[in-house]
Amino acid sequence: MWKVIIRRILLMIPQLFILSILVFFFAKLMPGDPFSGLIGPHTDPHEVEALRRAAGLYDPWWEQYLRWLGNAIHGNLGMSYNLKEPVMTVIGHRAINTFWMSLLSVILTYLFAIPMSIVAARNEGKWQDQLWLTYNSITFGIPPYVFYLLIIFIFGYSLNWFPTGGTVSPDAMGIIPVFFSKIYHMILPAFSLAVFGTVGIFTYFRSGILDEQTQDYVRTARAKGVKEKVIFRRHILRNASLPIASNFGFVITGLLGGAIFAETIFGYPGLGQLFITSISGRDYSMITALILLNGFLGLLGALLSDIIMAMVDPRIRIQ
Amino acid sequence: MTEKKHKNSLSLVHSIKEELKKDKLAMISTIFLVAVFLIVYIYSMFLKQSNYVDVNIMDQYLAPLTTGHLLGTDNGGRDIIMMLMISARNSFNIAFAVTLITLVVGNILGVITGYFGGRFDLIFMRFTDFVMILPSMMIIIVFVTIIPRFNSWSLIGIISIFSWIGTTRLIRARTMTEVNRDYVQASKTSGTSDFKIMFREIWPNLSTLVIAEATLVFAGNIGLETGLSFLGFGLPAGTPSLGTMINEATNPETMTDKPWTWVPATVVILIVVLAIIFIGNALRRVADQRQATR
Repeated sequence: MWKVIIRRILLMIPQLFILSILVFFFAKLMPGDPFSGLIGPHTDPHEVEALRRAAGLYDPWWEQYLRWLGNAIHGNLGMSYNLKEPVMTVIGHRAINTFWMSLLSVILTYLFAIPMSIVAARNEGKWQDQLWLTYNSITFGIPPYVFYLLIIFIFGYSLNWFPTGGTVSPDAMGIIPVFFSKIYHMILPAFSLAVFGTVGIFTYFRSGILDEQTQDYVRTARAKGVKEKVIFRRHILRNASLPIASNFGFVITGLLGGAIFAETIFGYPGLGQLFITSISGRDYSMITALILLNGFLGLLGALLSDIIMAMVDPRIRIQ
Repeated sequence: MTEKKHKNSLSLVHSIKEELKKDKLAMISTIFLVAVFLIVYIYSMFLKQSNYVDVNIMDQYLAPLTTGHLLGTDNGGRDIIMMLMISARNSFNIAFAVTLITLVVGNILGVITGYFGGRFDLIFMRFTDFVMILPSMMIIIVFVTIIPRFNSWSLIGIISIFSWIGTTRLIRARTMTEVNRDYVQASKTSGTSDFKIMFREIWPNLSTLVIAEATLVFAGNIGLETGLSFLGFGLPAGTPSLGTMINEATNPETMTDKPWTWVPATVVILIVVLAIIFIGNALRRVADQRQATR
């Protein structure tokens, strides 16, 4: 077990290295540098020039790269040009918002997708199956932002059932009202994300159940006279969950990924919205940091997924 | 050889026709989609650029059913129906171009890596794994903002950087199952060249799958392009897209008080994409049947 994990972590090192080089050159392509964030109406351009020289922005690229990498590892990714704050501080604040909203949406997604796949797989070829297959092919194909817009138009602006922006209402005081106000602000984006996010789980879980139903061990269990309910719950469902587990690492790290469209449309101040406002404000140090963060989360997600798979599926450990 | 090929292509058309006859929804979708494409492309052929670029403030935000403007006008005083046509044409063009690049690159790379396998395939797969992990949406948006002299062709290029991977992996997986079949082994023993086996023997067997994949890729690209344009990082100004029309909805006041500026474009996207999905589902069933009966 530990051998698998250590080997997998070692495999991540070259990937991280490539990612850092990519993001570094990406940052170099963008105009501006960490000192652009310090320039205000009262700064002397010569002073900034001196700072740039002192920071080694005119050094050969590999020296700059190594220094940048060192800083990035220490969590120093420069100053935000627009917010005049360290990038990591801003990201930290926004990450909390994104985390809670994503958590709610992930929970809702599983609540929708799992019963859906079980119903579809148990009634293979019947109308229930057709219904959920069609539903998922539609949500997969329709651009989600169109749906988000209609949702906020109907439930946010026309019916006024839900707030159309922010994370908490200004007149909520005390822990419990603030908590409920936060949940209330999250419901619309999280629900929309969940309604449109079932297709991945549904496809894997449904075909997983269908595959497992025809396995020999299921036939053996039936022949032994095990009750159909028990076969389904104990044997089929457990094995069919493996493909879902294989994606779970990405789900965990995805909690901090930020949903660009949903957060922009629902006015939810998370990392996705931060990215769009940073792009519009040409806040390049922030953009670089967000891309680095998301790339890193992706690699970490792959790592976690592999470790989870090794934990739940003994066959992988043996290989 | 030629006779066999002819029969094969005939039965492909035949089985698609049969499936469409059974699936009324897909049949209606096909007719509808063809009609939409014809109307959009023929109508926009008769439009001059000044028609949809010039601004007429006097006619700004006219409500629907005003004289001469069945669906009203937008913030530049331009007729919504005309804007829908030209925007739909631009959005379809981008989606067509990206789909074409995706399919050509994806099919060639997929068949080659699936056929040869081995070390190159392994490295290539690691590479695609890595690219898939990258935050593609963010990188596309950054490219759009930092590329100098940005135009429609740059947008097509940028979107294509990430779009080919899914198709490549699908075609590779299917090619790998084909390689072990008897007809490929027989061709190899009789000394047919690798190139001929890959593209004259294996690839035609994947053609139904490719068509089904093409419809889904096309629908996805419409979503991606209009989404980018909606956020303001898609087609450049002067080239209206369905997304730029929907962008009117980002202003809460316009969204609630002047829904005619953005709702028609959303409806067009919804209906077109739905039609494509229904056709794609029917085609996928044909692909699965042909895979099973062979």
